[in-house]
Amino acid sequence: MVSIDVWNASVDFPIFDAKSRSLKKLALGKVGGKIESEGRVPIIEALHDITLSLKDGDRVGLVGHNGAGKSTLLRLLAGIYEPTRGHSRIIGKVAPVFDLGVGMDPEISGYENIMIRGLFLGMSRKQMESRVDDIAQFTELGDYLQMPLRTYSTGMRVRLALGVVTSINPEILLLDEGIGAVDAAFMAKARDRLKDLVARSGLLVFANHSDEFLAEFCDKAIWMDEGHVKMFGGLREVLTAYKGFDPFERTHQHDETPVLSGNGGE
Amino acid sequence: MKSRSFKRAFADVREAWDHRELWGHLGWQDIKQRYRRSVIGPLWITISMATTALALGLLYSTLLDTPINTFLPYVTVGFIIWNFILGCVTEGTDVFIANEGLIKHLPAPITIHVMRMVWRQVLFLMHNLVVYVIVLAIFFGALDEPYKMTPTGPTNPGLSWEIVLAVPGLVLLAVNAVWVALLFGVISTRFRDIPPVVNSFINLVFFMTPIVWDASILTRVTGGGDVGWRVLVAELNPVYHFVEIVRAPLLGHTVDWHHWVVVGGFTVLGWFAALVILRNYRARVSYWV
Repeated sequence: MVSIDVWNASVDFPIFDAKSRSLKKLALGKVGGKIESEGRVPIIEALHDITLSLKDGDRVGLVGHNGAGKSTLLRLLAGIYEPTRGHSRIIGKVAPVFDLGVGMDPEISGYENIMIRGLFLGMSRKQMESRVDDIAQFTELGDYLQMPLRTYSTGMRVRLALGVVTSINPEILLLDEGIGAVDAAFMAKARDRLKDLVARSGLLVFANHSDEFLAEFCDKAIWMDEGHVKMFGGLREVLTAYKGFDPFERTHQHDETPVLSGNGGE
Repeated sequence: MKSRSFKRAFADVREAWDHRELWGHLGWQDIKQRYRRSVIGPLWITISMATTALALGLLYSTLLDTPINTFLPYVTVGFIIWNFILGCVTEGTDVFIANEGLIKHLPAPITIHVMRMVWRQVLFLMHNLVVYVIVLAIFFGALDEPYKMTPTGPTNPGLSWEIVLAVPGLVLLAVNAVWVALLFGVISTRFRDIPPVVNSFINLVFFMTPIVWDASILTRVTGGGDVGWRVLVAELNPVYHFVEIVRAPLLGHTVDWHHWVVVGGFTVLGWFAALVILRNYRARVSYWV
């Protein structure tokens, strides 16, 4: 049974190379976590006292301003950051798709990157070899897969990363904002596959700024604000509170076509 | 689940072992990558080792007035092992810092990065051992019978079945490389002064270790006096013992049992220290990188 439980978890980053004096001014700012500078080493409280319980079947959207702690929360849920205070328990195989440039080697070919990504996500080499053709077909990169990754555009990298992730069977899928950077035609295709994947995977947490996107994949939402979970509940309810109006009502009134490219990334 | 426990530390090492297909692949990739656009590729590793060993062997056999037939193989093997140790220590301090991207984006046991680095160094060592095989083929006649490397040194029995003792020696070397990289890697990630310190002192260690000179020189009495302290120069240097357990069997020297004891002791103590560090700071590495 797939689940993520987090109890009173905080994530504090020690900043070893900063002078605490200059950081005191920063602490007055609104963006980013709270900065503690009482100790010898200044500490950024990126997440504070998070208690969450996500279980199999949950499809959770993640909203909040820049620096509210969305990416850090995703890393906490992935098990990359273990809480500095509090506890976390992650049961299930995690497939994170965060920054698409990182974890990929620009000097080696697309094929080799697919292989390494897959191995990192817990696949064996044989399993990946049997999936490579499928990924190649889905990404539509064709002969480009033989080229070094540095020759790829951002969108092509997203395709590659999505291709790998959607080909495996992750139990917990964590998506950060970056995946908005593909063109609409591909997104339509990726949508079907993502939907499939979400249906297959036990648990989805998806950080995104696009209401349409969130509506498509999620039924619950977390609103992060200054490192706290400000609200956790139904998607529409949380988005209404976050934006100050009901985004889905507006969409209906103006009959807008969902715009999927460009407004997901930052 | 408690984050700071020996159970989690052991689990990290065990899971990293389960991921051996991953770091095995990455280690190869690193070597292929380094020589991606060069014509003869990884052969450069072998060529550069051969050149260095030849030059050092010729120079020091002349300086120390020893027969080249036995001294050149000695320098070659010593330098090959030293290169492995050097690589593991210097890259070990940098192992987590260099993998910041992977550590922050993919949940994986941190020992994976260490295993990848050590495996890469093992592959370099394999390339370099080609030079040993060539040197052995050329000087086999001189090493096959009892010989003295220096006029005052001990008589070595020459090559025998004991050459197979180099295999457990190499395994121990790699096992120790893992704890060295874990320990120094975690500490260096927190204290960024460690890598430059290690890098500046490692050259001194090379000259203090009997690699281009023979340990028996230390016992040669010149101008009287006590030789005891001079012997300590080598004996107190752990690197000497590690070099000796691999080098001696490959050259047909007898391995003094105390080298095995010292290496065994370092293996146990080192792994203990590394596991303690892993227990306490494993989860902090992703915060520090």
